[in-house]
Amino acid sequence: MSMTILTVDDSRTMRDMLKVALMEAGYRVIQAVDGQHGLEVLEQETPHVIITDINMPKLDGFGFIENVRRDQRYLGIPILVLTTESSPEKKNLARRAGATGWIVKPFDSAKLVDVVRRVAA
Amino acid sequence: MDTMAAIRETFFQECEEQLGELEVGLNAMEEGVADSETVNAVFRAVHSIKGGAGAFKLDRLVRFAHTFETSLDLIRAGQLATSPTVMRTMLRSADLLADLVKASRSDHPVDEARVDAQIAELKALSEDVKEAPTEANAGGGGADGLDFQPVLLQLDDFGETEPQAARYAIKLIPAPDLYRKGNETVRLLRELSRMGEFRVECDTRHVPMLDALDPEGAYFGWRVELTTSEDEAAIHELFEFVVDDCELEIVVDRAGPAVAPEASAPAAAEPIAPLVAAPAFVAPVAPAPAEPIEAVAAATATVVEPDKAKVEAAKPDAAASLATIRVDLERVDRLINLVGELVINQAMLSQRVLEAGLARSSSVAAGLGALEQLTREIQEGVMAIRAQPVKPLFQRMSRIVRELTDATGKIVRLRTEGEATEVDRTVIERLADPLTHMIRNAVDHGVERPEVREAAGKPAQGEVKLSAAHRSGRIVIEVSDDGAGINRQRVREIAIKKELIAPDAQLTDGEIDNLLFMPGFSTAQTVSNISGRGVGMDVVKRSIQALGGRITIASRPGHGSIFSMSLPLTLAVLDGMVVKVADQTLVVPLTAIVETLRPKAGDVHALGVNARVISDRGGFAPLIDVGQELGYRRDAADPVGSVVLVVETEVSTRCALVVDAIHDQRQVVIKSLEANYRQVPGIAAATILGDGRVALILDIDTFVARTNRSGAGQESLLAAVG
Repeated sequence: MSMTILTVDDSRTMRDMLKVALMEAGYRVIQAVDGQHGLEVLEQETPHVIITDINMPKLDGFGFIENVRRDQRYLGIPILVLTTESSPEKKNLARRAGATGWIVKPFDSAKLVDVVRRVAA
Repeated sequence: MDTMAAIRETFFQECEEQLGELEVGLNAMEEGVADSETVNAVFRAVHSIKGGAGAFKLDRLVRFAHTFETSLDLIRAGQLATSPTVMRTMLRSADLLADLVKASRSDHPVDEARVDAQIAELKALSEDVKEAPTEANAGGGGADGLDFQPVLLQLDDFGETEPQAARYAIKLIPAPDLYRKGNETVRLLRELSRMGEFRVECDTRHVPMLDALDPEGAYFGWRVELTTSEDEAAIHELFEFVVDDCELEIVVDRAGPAVAPEASAPAAAEPIAPLVAAPAFVAPVAPAPAEPIEAVAAATATVVEPDKAKVEAAKPDAAASLATIRVDLERVDRLINLVGELVINQAMLSQRVLEAGLARSSSVAAGLGALEQLTREIQEGVMAIRAQPVKPLFQRMSRIVRELTDATGKIVRLRTEGEATEVDRTVIERLADPLTHMIRNAVDHGVERPEVREAAGKPAQGEVKLSAAHRSGRIVIEVSDDGAGINRQRVREIAIKKELIAPDAQLTDGEIDNLLFMPGFSTAQTVSNISGRGVGMDVVKRSIQALGGRITIASRPGHGSIFSMSLPLTLAVLDGMVVKVADQTLVVPLTAIVETLRPKAGDVHALGVNARVISDRGGFAPLIDVGQELGYRRDAADPVGSVVLVVETEVSTRCALVVDAIHDQRQVVIKSLEANYRQVPGIAAATILGDGRVALILDIDTFVARTNRSGAGQESLLAAVG
């Protein structure tokens, strides 16, 4: 069974790019358009890895991660954040919220898949 | 690569949406709205554009978006106040961003100097802030001692490692809460094992007694011996995400045991005793056991069955953005055409059934009635596919107002209403130019200079209002200003000078106002380079008419003017009155008809030799015999006993069209005459009727104008307009 990855991003462009790259690598992709929607999708299905944007309406990436980490049902799911530049400040905030790692945008597909593979069980 | 091209297209579409959000947000901020949601939305819009642009290597766009974003971030952090000057810079930056997006999309060059100037302007704002002693970047810094620098350092330090196999001794002691962030030692070990020859030892000395043990904590330390040809940077990269949550030591061991320099990772918060050589447990090999992971998976086993439909139902608005598809416009148009044919066919069928003498109560007739209802619903549904809100169009106008205020020194604010009103896409596209012209006119000719306004007791800031609304099956768009109104005296003088009207012509205020729509008319004292571009309101009027719409003016001296456009929601169908003239069937657009009359003998008066008028609501309207005018018959029919349609032309002048009888009132599908035959003055298009015959659709304005040219009309103004 292929692994399922949840991508949470308000940008259609990013969602599309993630989906194409991950699907080509053999992953199954489910999507959410913001943090709040991400939590709702999680109610339906538990993915193997979560990739989330930070800047999003309604519930941003930090809030989303904190919510996921508080929930025992999602214990241990790796969460990768998408950051635009390798700003230490954003990464540290994400880490404090409970992110597993990060992917720097713009990413190339190979690098993205490599990072996902590294954190995926 | 096709997929990338498609995503690129998505990106640009999304850019348009983001630019719209940006504009709306910035305008709100300019008006003093400063809630964090608005500011965040503005920031997010630019941030999103930057993110996508980076993915497509649109470097120029990234560079500018980055500078813009930096300034917006300062506003977001409350370090940069949204003063009028700052907001103007932001709005101008948004304009430039829009231009850069457009240029990137079409691969067109941009004015680099303008980009540099705008970047300098934005940077100047940021620098002002930096000079003030605020803690710009303290926000999330090292509040809990975390610092990211190590990773960057590692990558640089070992740049020229040879691809020779080297032996590494790696010591890893996770901090107790490593697992909480979703990291797993087992995965790290798995990745290491894939890099080469691998031996691992586990140190269990730090496992606490059961009563002190946190079942979710990480207590095992690990010592790895790895022989690999990968360079040290690759090993460090594996630990990229955990370097701050563990004690890590990576020692290159090329020639036996050597004292390695201290790895660059910072020490974890609590000191951990060094690993001793006597491990409590030795794991022989690597392919890391899968059990722990499965245990985690089991712990999360409260998995609900995936059910996409449920997800979407639970989240209507988010689902909406995911549940859209993009369709070629061509396909939609094909569908619209087919539905048009369906409407015609359905009408034909109804007529045949009627002709066959079946009672209206018969089951066939009832079925047909239901079919008619369904057909109409399908038609409306299909039309709705092409409908779009006028919002993007309106947003473009605010930029025009902004540029004009910069150029004229007037202070004008654009207020918009009814942006969500939906109209056919083609109507929107073709409205852009006339609307732009009208907005320019409103600012340039309508609104007065600040000092003039103040002298007249008005606020220095003028207002131009742009509104859209649905009104009885049409869309009404109004452009109004609170300026001086139309200077009728001056309009009259110009019209006389240009010989558009006779010096002694008696014109009502409305007629004078309508002179603006005459070709070549310009009221500007000097032809400004803003609205005086050789096109006048006559061009605007023609564009609106070409869309099946009409435009009217209302003006009050000292209070401003209102230009009101009424347009059809779609260009594919038309509500028409089907009439009979000399055995021919014609369609008259319902929107043009004011009333229908059956004149009595006393109502008709002769005027000169050929002309006749009919008394209508206290005035007189010239009678035009449609059959004679179109050449269907030599002599005009007697209006008494015929049906008279009183129509209103674009210049608000009434005419009375004489026809033989009214057949029906219905929606007809418009078939272009130009595309199928050629343009005929007085005829707008054709349609196919229920009985399969072609009927011409009258174009009231050109028809009346044509009558005037042929000498039947009396109105000098009409003749001039024609």
